Amino acid sequence: MTAGYPARMAHEGPRLPAARGPLSAAVRENLLGTGPLPPAEAVAEAPVYGDDLQLALYLCYELHYRGFAGVAPDREWDPELLRVRAALEHRFLTALRADTPVHDTVDDALAELLVEPVEGTGVSHFLCDEGELWQLREYAAQRSLYHLKEADPHAWVLPRLWGRAKAAMAAVEFDEYGGGRPDRVHARLFADLMTDLGLDTAYGRYLDAACAETLATVNLMSLLGLHRSLRGALVGHFATVEITSSPGSRRLAEAMRRTDAGPAAAYFYDEHVEADAVHEQVVRHDVIGGLLDEEPHLAPDVAFGIGVTGLLEDRLADRLLTAWRAGRSSLHTPLNTEIAHIS
Amino acid sequence: MPNSPADKPRRITVQRKGPLLVEGPVEVELEDGSTVVSDRFRVALCTCRRSRRYPWCDTSHRDRV
Repeated sequence: MTAGYPARMAHEGPRLPAARGPLSAAVRENLLGTGPLPPAEAVAEAPVYGDDLQLALYLCYELHYRGFAGVAPDREWDPELLRVRAALEHRFLTALRADTPVHDTVDDALAELLVEPVEGTGVSHFLCDEGELWQLREYAAQRSLYHLKEADPHAWVLPRLWGRAKAAMAAVEFDEYGGGRPDRVHARLFADLMTDLGLDTAYGRYLDAACAETLATVNLMSLLGLHRSLRGALVGHFATVEITSSPGSRRLAEAMRRTDAGPAAAYFYDEHVEADAVHEQVVRHDVIGGLLDEEPHLAPDVAFGIGVTGLLEDRLADRLLTAWRAGRSSLHTPLNTEIAHIS
Repeated sequence: MPNSPADKPRRITVQRKGPLLVEGPVEVELEDGSTVVSDRFRVALCTCRRSRRYPWCDTSHRDRV
């Protein structure tokens, strides 16, 4: 099959990141064609939320997006690699189901998101009130893993929806993709933000820098997006992102202005204040509402998707705030001194 | 009477708590005579008057706890 692709295709894509343990090392070596896949015991023993397992899973998933330089594109559908991915996913999903608080109804799960805390303590509150430029840069580097493919994991749900839910989901995704204008694709707006912050906009550039908690948030989206059986949870995930985005984005836009990060940096979040105030309504009423009209048995999955998104976002927030309050980097490998080059 | 037989009424969704949802694009004339435009497929118009991006909803209607 490899012969069917132009040779150069195998060399495009971001560089493979450094391994973070035996599991990710084995997957990495195997992708490069220089070693066997990890044995089942290695998958069974690695800490489920740790760097090693999360990176190994991330490497498997990335083959469905842009792949890696030096890795044959058709490894995406390599049955042996998919078998390893399934074992990693089983560990991840089992842990997530055990750790996610259970809500009786979708409305219960949503209700917690639809109020604003008077005294907020999240990452956006911290960055708004006292965030320094180096912390905004770290935040952007971490989030770049998702925002440079913003809305992509959710696009996979489209063939699994129909009627009202499908039309609404496609409309929101169209907005995420710039409404037909390449300069307004949200991933492009995020790249512009990164440029303002003196960061490299190359896809995958900060995979080495991202902490395990960030990898887990992106792995969750890929997990839910790639499995039709998890379509309810994917929709719950999307709703959570859209509902929480608008107020959080307002605070992040303020943080960008207070630190003079630059106009594109502020614009990315300004755009999300307005866009996501609309998306939230459409996703709740038409995507969730439409899906549950057709498939009411998916309600517990939608609630799970809402709960699990909060779980992993809270773990990431703990990691970021604990590090920053101690004056430490939140990253797995700190950014180098590129900040000196900001004009 | 519609202006043309092809004109379909524009759908506006009303909620007891939350913005008016209007099929876009829309042009809104403000009190001072200025106009603002949104070309989204749907537009959320603030009804609580608390939005910092009035007339667009910014979710400021949410209860604070």
